[in-house]
Amino acid sequence: MWAFIHKLGSPKWFYRISAKLQPWFWVAAAGLIVTGSLWGLAFAPADYQQGNSFRILYVHVPAAFLAQSIFVSMAIAGLVYMVWKIKVADMAAAVMAPLGAAMTFISLFSGAVWGVPTWGTWWMWDARLTSMLILLFLYLGVIALRGAFTSRDSASRAASVLAMVGVINIPIIKYSVDWWYTLHQPATFTITSRPAMPTEMWLPLLLMVLGFYSFFIALTLMRTRSEILRRESNKRWVRELVEEKQ
Amino acid sequence: MMAFDSFGDFLAMGGHAPYVWSSWGITFMLLIGAVLHARLERRQLLTTLRRRVRREQARHQPVASQAPLNTAQGGGNHDPQA
Amino acid sequence: MQVSDTAPVASAGVALGEPGGNLMVAITATLKRDLTLMLRRRGEMLNPLVFFALVITLFPIGISPDPELLALIAPGLLWVAALLAALLSLDSLFRSDYDDGSLEQLLLAPQPLAALSLAKVAVHWLLTGLPLALMAPVLGIMLALPAGSYLILALSLALGTASLSLIGAIGAALTVGLAKGGVLLSLLVLPLYIPVLIFGTGAVQAAVFGDGVTAHLAILGALLAGALIFAPWAIAASLRISING
Repeated sequence: MWAFIHKLGSPKWFYRISAKLQPWFWVAAAGLIVTGSLWGLAFAPADYQQGNSFRILYVHVPAAFLAQSIFVSMAIAGLVYMVWKIKVADMAAAVMAPLGAAMTFISLFSGAVWGVPTWGTWWMWDARLTSMLILLFLYLGVIALRGAFTSRDSASRAASVLAMVGVINIPIIKYSVDWWYTLHQPATFTITSRPAMPTEMWLPLLLMVLGFYSFFIALTLMRTRSEILRRESNKRWVRELVEEKQ
Repeated sequence: MMAFDSFGDFLAMGGHAPYVWSSWGITFMLLIGAVLHARLERRQLLTTLRRRVRREQARHQPVASQAPLNTAQGGGNHDPQA
Repeated sequence: MQVSDTAPVASAGVALGEPGGNLMVAITATLKRDLTLMLRRRGEMLNPLVFFALVITLFPIGISPDPELLALIAPGLLWVAALLAALLSLDSLFRSDYDDGSLEQLLLAPQPLAALSLAKVAVHWLLTGLPLALMAPVLGIMLALPAGSYLILALSLALGTASLSLIGAIGAALTVGLAKGGVLLSLLVLPLYIPVLIFGTGAVQAAVFGDGVTAHLAILGALLAGALIFAPWAIAASLRISING
């Protein structure tokens, strides 16, 4: 077990193994997202209440799931880095943050656009949208803090601490925002909570969610590999690798 | 099984076209943009690393050290013309 | 040989006293030192209070002097303004200690850094959070806050600003080594302040409407308890990063 963790922590080993894994996740991501998109856009039946505007759900929900999952993954990677000093974990955390912010932005944008046909306004202080907005600020904080340090080691450790503090706070923020929203707007129609979605509606959603997760894993592997090359560029194996590729 | 009768209907999205297509458009733009950015980043990084390895090899081998010299001369020739 | 080796160690142990007492001594020393230092810089201590009063003055001018309207938004205004005032004072929490090197001494001390930083945060709350809480009812009068909610306003602010000081200290510790930490500090800290703000204003609003406030105050207390458990470790870790980096 320890040997495995140690091995996984070695950038060289991670570089090799991720090269093998990466194509599978790209294929899965492309297949699932293309199928899910076609199905969700063209074949799933229109919603009886919202008509075709509900098709925004197929990008809104996967992006929102991913936005939260990426923050948790980032905090776990930060913890691994802080406890075991595994550099690859920090490289992964560093490349995850912008994608997480992008996903948060997608879910915010699609949620706001969806608000026009459902609420008749671009922005409502809906509980989900509000928590997403706060999550976006948390992401921006982590990215800005990492960028503010001149020493890479301090930047990594500071970003790890902030990600962990953030992840402890996310559930608290979420519950308090939910509570605040129910206090001020009792029993309004929320976009995504709906009773018993029919199978032909949620199946494409499942495909999209899985596709987005595969995309996240594939992109993180790819960018972590680049980050390994950048940070380990003085190591012998990187030189040999670069020479081979000439 | 298709939810729309014609391609025009599909594009119109029952009158919700601007909302549906802008959300999907932004999403796919960001996804594809992320992939392109990652590819570009990797390619640029490899070019930089390759250049650095070559430069260091040149420093160790006296014959190859002419290469930077040549480029320096080329630059010198180029400047007065410009 | 063995006897002569252990003897000095034992006597040194006696000289240093019990480890527990040692910690208490260090904490009280930190408390005393910080209190003295802060009380010497009264101007700096007054800044958040003046800022609080000023911001509250701006709202009736910017919105409307109508007492009914002001009474409606007063709980939120008071809480947001107090929160910003507390934020304003955060940057100086570790700054002067960082500049004169005494923060490094704190890190080198044998006592746990978490406990010592908790003492520093306690002083910070005592000299910013508590005065803000005591001052808030006066500003409440100026905003036509309905009678009967003043005590709850002060109480919720006293409880809430303690959490704010603890959470904010994490951000202050992370940014103390940075030249332009000020704006970054607010970006890091403000999102984490939101639960406290929600339940703080919730308590005051409940008091205004005559509902029960114990639930809100209990949640504020729970948030404070959580912050007391987790924040000192995060502050200590952040200070180590800022000093060693």
